[in-house]
Amino acid sequence: MATFEQNPEASDAQRARLAWQCRRGMKELDLLLQSFLDALFDGLSQNERRAFDLLLRYPDPVLLEYLMGRMVPVDREMADVVLKIRRNG
Amino acid sequence: MSHANYGIAKHRFDTLVIGAGGGGLRAALQLAQAEATVAVVSKVFPTRSHTVAAQGGMNAALANVSPDNWHWHMYDTVKGSDYLGDQDAIEYMCRAASRLVIELEHMGVPFSRLDNGKIYQRPFGGQSQNFGGAQAARTCAAADRTGHAILHSLYQQNIRAKTHFFDEFFAVDLLLDDEGYVLGALVLEIETGEPLIIEAKTTLLATGGVGQLFRTNTNAAINTGDGMGMALRAGIPVQDMEFFQFHPTGIAGKGMLMSEGARGEGGYLINKDGERFMERYAPQAKDLASRDVVSRAIATEVREGRGCGEKGDYVLLKLDHLDPEVIMKRLPGIRDMAMTFAHVDPIDKPIPVFPTAHYTMGGIPTDRFGQVVVPVNQGAAEPVPGLYAVGECACVSVHGANRLGGNSLLDIVVFGRAAGNKITEYLGESRYHRPMGRQYVDKALGHLARWDKRGKGESVGALRDALQRTMEHYCGVFRIENVLAEGLAKVLEIEKRLEDVRLQDHSKIFNTARIEALELENLVSLAVATVTSALARQESRGAHTRIDYPDRDDERWLKHTLFYREGRRLDYKPVTTKPLTVDSFPPKPRVY
Ligand SMILES: Cc1cc2nc3c(=O)[nH]c(=O)nc-3n(C[C@H](O)[C@H](O)[C@H](O)COP(=O)(O)OP(=O)(O)OC[C@H]3O[C@@H](n4cnc5c(N)ncnc54)[C@H](O)[C@@H]3O)c2cc1C
Repeated sequence: MATFEQNPEASDAQRARLAWQCRRGMKELDLLLQSFLDALFDGLSQNERRAFDLLLRYPDPVLLEYLMGRMVPVDREMADVVLKIRRNG
Repeated sequence: MSHANYGIAKHRFDTLVIGAGGGGLRAALQLAQAEATVAVVSKVFPTRSHTVAAQGGMNAALANVSPDNWHWHMYDTVKGSDYLGDQDAIEYMCRAASRLVIELEHMGVPFSRLDNGKIYQRPFGGQSQNFGGAQAARTCAAADRTGHAILHSLYQQNIRAKTHFFDEFFAVDLLLDDEGYVLGALVLEIETGEPLIIEAKTTLLATGGVGQLFRTNTNAAINTGDGMGMALRAGIPVQDMEFFQFHPTGIAGKGMLMSEGARGEGGYLINKDGERFMERYAPQAKDLASRDVVSRAIATEVREGRGCGEKGDYVLLKLDHLDPEVIMKRLPGIRDMAMTFAHVDPIDKPIPVFPTAHYTMGGIPTDRFGQVVVPVNQGAAEPVPGLYAVGECACVSVHGANRLGGNSLLDIVVFGRAAGNKITEYLGESRYHRPMGRQYVDKALGHLARWDKRGKGESVGALRDALQRTMEHYCGVFRIENVLAEGLAKVLEIEKRLEDVRLQDHSKIFNTARIEALELENLVSLAVATVTSALARQESRGAHTRIDYPDRDDERWLKHTLFYREGRRLDYKPVTTKPLTVDSFPPKPRVY
């Protein structure tokens, strides 16, 4: 799995990969991440996409903490993406 | 290790493990430590397997909080199973439990502790002291992250033991030779869309449950019963599929679990008249009665027109009478979930809930060593050579007609380890891989190629939606002959419609649509299995409730169902009522 920095992908390929990586071990995450991807991904800036990509690399329990608003990512960009996911939920 | 073969890359291992949840990883670890070469294939990154969702904990009679021993645990499990569980396997599991919890602790699982340093244990439904006496506290938990902690530790241990991981690879079909030996599987690399042959002397299915059969469920989207579907296509039956556990309190229409904790803290259920209806169904235990009892009560309220909302299709879980402090301190997770998914703050307003599909008791028939076993010519069950199964995709059967909370994490660890040992034994006797004939691979490739067909047709999503609604409506908490028969006709119609489904996206890279099509095939075959088995079983036992046959009927139905895909044939096999060393627990009425 190449990281975004090493190999910026074409938008379609990136979206396809992230769509699969929105498949998680918890239903709550599936719902929030997949509906975000469907509704808002295409309108994200390159930086926001990068932040979303990095966010998906976190373990499920950490993602849940973020998406339930019990923890906030240190990275500003990522924190903004989390907020967008939460608002879309 | 990889070399071209029919233009398809091929890898060879001693063992192929399909599934990287707790069951698959525990088995892989046992094998890797015994110096077998092991490949683990998982459609998602291993630590994203559904085991990560288990928060409650894992049962073992450690007796750290209440007096306890494995024999009481065994009794509770047999009774909980409504006597459909196999008592040899249940004894084996309950005896192994304490040792395996300690072993997990040594692997790094941070179990919560008591002040005296021992592992903390919480009380769960269905746990008793002294064969049905006072409540026991038997569930070991690592805070509310037990599943995650187990999965994470097992993954680390496997990396150390040099298990070979194929992450984001989708297993399509088992490869069998003419004599019925399982030779490995055809898998698809999701990133590239390229097929790959993984050849192995032994193959273990550990693909988890099939919660996606029902519209409202607690399961991750990946729980599509792929291993069971693969087994069915390979001519292997699935066992006891009519037994599906519904958790009483899922967020209505969405399915997310509102755990028993909410009712444990004083929450209760009300109907549209504001009546606390559980008092009518379970005067003693009320809202804390066992899962199947509460699920049936909620479904009855809705059926009889006392449901809430415009469509009257849910009841309410009331917490707003509790001190807000209690909700914020003791039920923060539930509050967050309700606010996010039901858009309700339980401090102010009750949460709409309805029973939600939660756990697959049925699965691929195995013995207590994880060997897949199938009756041969009306005779006793015999192992399918080279094939093993563990975890929620398997039916050992330790859960029988109804699983107890906390017994599933135990199941995957106990039988994952046992299967690893059995496979090691088999590997000792089988030095060579059996020849992989081209025709074995062609069959699986043909299956895959079906999805290359182009043109107009129904979409995967639409048909999956129809299937899930059909299952919920015709084969849900309550079942009755004519509705099930209608449901079977509908599911068979969906099976026919599946032939006309076409993909619009034929790209190769991370083509989620193609994977979802393959998953839908598995779901459909399991829906047919479930409804057929449910229609045939004319009794009520555990999670299978027939309005037209309200009682358990041990004379006719104390037996396991086997469903074969070919001809939708049903067969039955006896329940093992004889434990390994102790006396049998004979069937008794199941009252709590
Ligand atoms: C919300 C929730 C809470 C729960 N809480 C508890 C609890 O507190 N205590 C308890 O005992 N039980 C609990 N359970 C049940 C328990 O979590 C599961 O039964 C158990 O984790 C199943 O483990 P497994 O190893 O069989 O499968 P899973 O963990 O589901 O893993 C299946 C694996 O198979 C892989 N896979 C599937 N299909 C394919 C394919 N075609 N190709 C490649 N790979 C594939 C997946 O990627 C995954 O790695 C809970 C369940 C839910 C839904």
